[in-house]
Amino acid sequence: MDLYKSTAHELHEKLVKKEISSVELTYNVYDRIAEVEKDVKAYVTLDKENALAQAAKVDKMIAAGEAIAPLAGIPGAIKDNISTKGLRTTCSSKMLENLNPIYDAHVIEKLRADETIFLGKTNLDEFAMGSTTETSYFGTSHNPWNLDLVPGGSSGGSAAAIAAGEAIWSLGSDTGGSIRQPASFTGCVGIKPTYGRVSRYGCVAFASSLDQIGPITKDVTDAATVLNTICGVDAHDSTSLPVEVPDFTKALKQDVKGLKIGLPKEYFGKGLDPKVDAILKKAIADYEAMGAEIVEVSLPHTEYAVITYYIIAPAEASANLARFDGVRYGYRNMKATSAPEMTTASRTEGFGSEVKRRIMLGTYVLSSGYYDAYYLKAMQVRTLIRKDFEEAFKQCDLLLTPTSPVVAYPIDGKMDPLAIYMLDVCTIPVNLAGLPGISVPAGFADGLPVGMQLIGKLLDEETILRAAYTFEQAHDYHKVMAPLGGK
Amino acid sequence: MKYATVIGLEVHSELKTKSKAFCSCSTEFGGEPNTHVCPVCLGMPGALPVLNKQVVEFAIRAGLALDCEIKKFNKFDRKNYFYPDLSKNYQISQFDKPICEHGHIDIEVDGQTKRVGITRIHMEEDAGKLVHSGATIKTSESSAVDYNRAGVPLIEIVSEPDMRSAAEARAYMEKLKAILEYTDVSDCKMQEGSLRCDANISVMPEGATEFGTRAEIKNLNSFRALERAIEYEIQRQIQLVEDGGTVVQETRTWDDGKGMTLSMRSKEEAHDYRYFPEPDLVPVVIDDAWIARVKSELPELPAARKARLMQEKGLVDYDAENIVSTKAMAEYFDEAAKHTEDSKGIANWLLGDVSAYLNSENITIEKFPITPANLGEMVNLINKGVLSSKLAKKVFAEMLKTGKTPQALVKELGLEQISDEGAIVKIVEETLAENPQSIADYKAGKDRALGFLVGQIMKKSRGKANPEMVNNLLKERMQ
Repeated sequence: MDLYKSTAHELHEKLVKKEISSVELTYNVYDRIAEVEKDVKAYVTLDKENALAQAAKVDKMIAAGEAIAPLAGIPGAIKDNISTKGLRTTCSSKMLENLNPIYDAHVIEKLRADETIFLGKTNLDEFAMGSTTETSYFGTSHNPWNLDLVPGGSSGGSAAAIAAGEAIWSLGSDTGGSIRQPASFTGCVGIKPTYGRVSRYGCVAFASSLDQIGPITKDVTDAATVLNTICGVDAHDSTSLPVEVPDFTKALKQDVKGLKIGLPKEYFGKGLDPKVDAILKKAIADYEAMGAEIVEVSLPHTEYAVITYYIIAPAEASANLARFDGVRYGYRNMKATSAPEMTTASRTEGFGSEVKRRIMLGTYVLSSGYYDAYYLKAMQVRTLIRKDFEEAFKQCDLLLTPTSPVVAYPIDGKMDPLAIYMLDVCTIPVNLAGLPGISVPAGFADGLPVGMQLIGKLLDEETILRAAYTFEQAHDYHKVMAPLGGK
Repeated sequence: MKYATVIGLEVHSELKTKSKAFCSCSTEFGGEPNTHVCPVCLGMPGALPVLNKQVVEFAIRAGLALDCEIKKFNKFDRKNYFYPDLSKNYQISQFDKPICEHGHIDIEVDGQTKRVGITRIHMEEDAGKLVHSGATIKTSESSAVDYNRAGVPLIEIVSEPDMRSAAEARAYMEKLKAILEYTDVSDCKMQEGSLRCDANISVMPEGATEFGTRAEIKNLNSFRALERAIEYEIQRQIQLVEDGGTVVQETRTWDDGKGMTLSMRSKEEAHDYRYFPEPDLVPVVIDDAWIARVKSELPELPAARKARLMQEKGLVDYDAENIVSTKAMAEYFDEAAKHTEDSKGIANWLLGDVSAYLNSENITIEKFPITPANLGEMVNLINKGVLSSKLAKKVFAEMLKTGKTPQALVKELGLEQISDEGAIVKIVEETLAENPQSIADYKAGKDRALGFLVGQIMKKSRGKANPEMVNNLLKERMQ
């Protein structure tokens, strides 16, 4: 049986009915990994022994007649910038190649409490800085739809693992699109919750005011299921919101009648691949046919979002990554003869070029004499972008945009960094405003998946889940398996 | 030319919260290295700070005690610099919006009261500690880092450049320390580093209005070091100017052994701290009710306590000022005063023999071996005439050694003063009979004769006869 093709909610049913065992399922997924991982390279680290022990534990629980949580016994994959106690957490960096964390991230604690299974840690762009996984110290992950293409990033490993059947569900993190864009490139569902919905405690910080953990899954139901487990206020994260967490699976109604869907015109302008545009136009027509009302809205400061992001995110990163100094943990240059020399050499050798580029950018924009012109101005623009959304949401319940203006592109490292930065134009504003956003498969362009982004009001994941679910159930895009072609 | 000195102080005071500023680790001093640590204060990847509200509470309390305005909107900022004892390589601090502003302290120097302004107080976290294998960082093969202190909360109290001498700076520092102790926000142990001070010093021609270029002096670990360092630095700067040189803006360190300040880094080498708002912490808004509550719970401060001691206990200004200069001394006084009516007597002992003993032993009143009750009882014994002041010193010395009560020691040592009139009359008559010439001299108006006779009687009684009674009886018998 190809259990690895199933969704978490299907497998949960089978486990509860004792049609399958968790050990059987876990073996099945590892077998799949053994089969395709050499081509996909989704993982940095696998943890088969512990995963199987945990599966056996869940099987005992089921045999004993205990009630189990929806993710219990169901193998998932964790982006390798989320701290797992005793399990290497590298951030795909030479700097942390040998880091075994002494503590679990809050989301990991919650998932463990639900008796889920961790298959291993997935590849990412180094410290989540990138949109392709090409900046990973451990090599690039490949897009299961065409192995010559990037899977997107930075959560490219988590997305590729889902698309290739190497995990049932996975966690990513999203600072400027790092969950939604790879989900879009690999035909998965990926949601970035409202900033503060999920505790960031244990997610190695890239840009603290933007980072948010979220699921990448095969369908919307699984995304809601994982969200149910990982959301909630955490005493270890001051920015986590002290609000009640709804049962997100209850929001999954097949009905968009009367919903007002806004189309921000700035997202459908130049730079948008006509094939992507055509697929989205069709999706919009589908929504209209299903009873939603379509309105055009404007987010006038959209054109400043990317440059604003590339000031704020590197500024925060320059401080967040300062702790990697070779003193307490991580890579250390052993030839240095003084502490300052050791730190400089360790950072020079331990970080890759994209990370260093962003640290330099961030250091520059915070420097005395430049702070007002760059950082302060960017913070002001960020407020304007947030206000744009507030205005738009006076006219609609949610927004519909492309997730990415393009489909997955080749792994060749030929793209100019600045051109890649600009491709995050649809996802970045959502992080700047702290809003929830989901990417759902909307169709295929020349055999490659195209994602549609739905953006919700603050803390209104439910509306975008409902709209995404309705669309998904009316189509079969999420049921198509990636062919692992190319090469 | 005559010169005027301008001094401003930056004081760091560790707050005595039970747990650290941004995690739940203990703040206790002196544990085994790296035993009071967790992912947060070690700066492990992914760990996040969470503010300990007690830090804000203490900062408000200190601010109110120093007559500051409490700012309602508070945020934290990251101060970026690389140093191995700083686990995140940024310090969580407050940059442009400190919690307290516009306070002041009134100091007294040479009988004059002077007001020293407090510019600001802000909250921040302490760093860890480097432990060098050798004597200094330069001569060490390696250094280890102890992060027990990393994340311990601090307040930094910045004064206006209002002080004009080392004595004023010392008086300010002493008063500040007393206030922080009274409010119970800090241990203020300078040796343990829970109270630290940097001084900004400049000189200018007397009468000038524009301040000279300042040097910042670090590593001032005691009042004495503060005073000596300022004295030295003033002379250094004056000498420099007199010799035609100019003072450069720089950071200097006080070398206590050499008794001089040494250059650490120039203005050009100064850090660009690249402050920006700490995104991991949400702003803290302090409402009126919070401020009002802290205000209502403020303990008695030195100025109020001094006034009370003068009014209720009849102490003179000088004595009261010195008694309240440390909270521990004031508390010792209050406790001892519960055991005797003679508050003045307690004050005399505390500021006399007790202080002399503390100075000679280099300890503070907390470690003083005589209990307040015993000191009070001793004063009572003196007042009742049981102990002469001379014998009291003997008893005091024994109390220091043994910790026994004065009553017990008087008995044990047979020191009880003879106040029995019959016994004294007997010695007086005996002595008069032996010294007829002295009687004649006394009657002839030679007052010295009286002193001689008293001395003879004290000798016979081995110092135990009540001198007042001896005097009276002698005069009576020789009339």
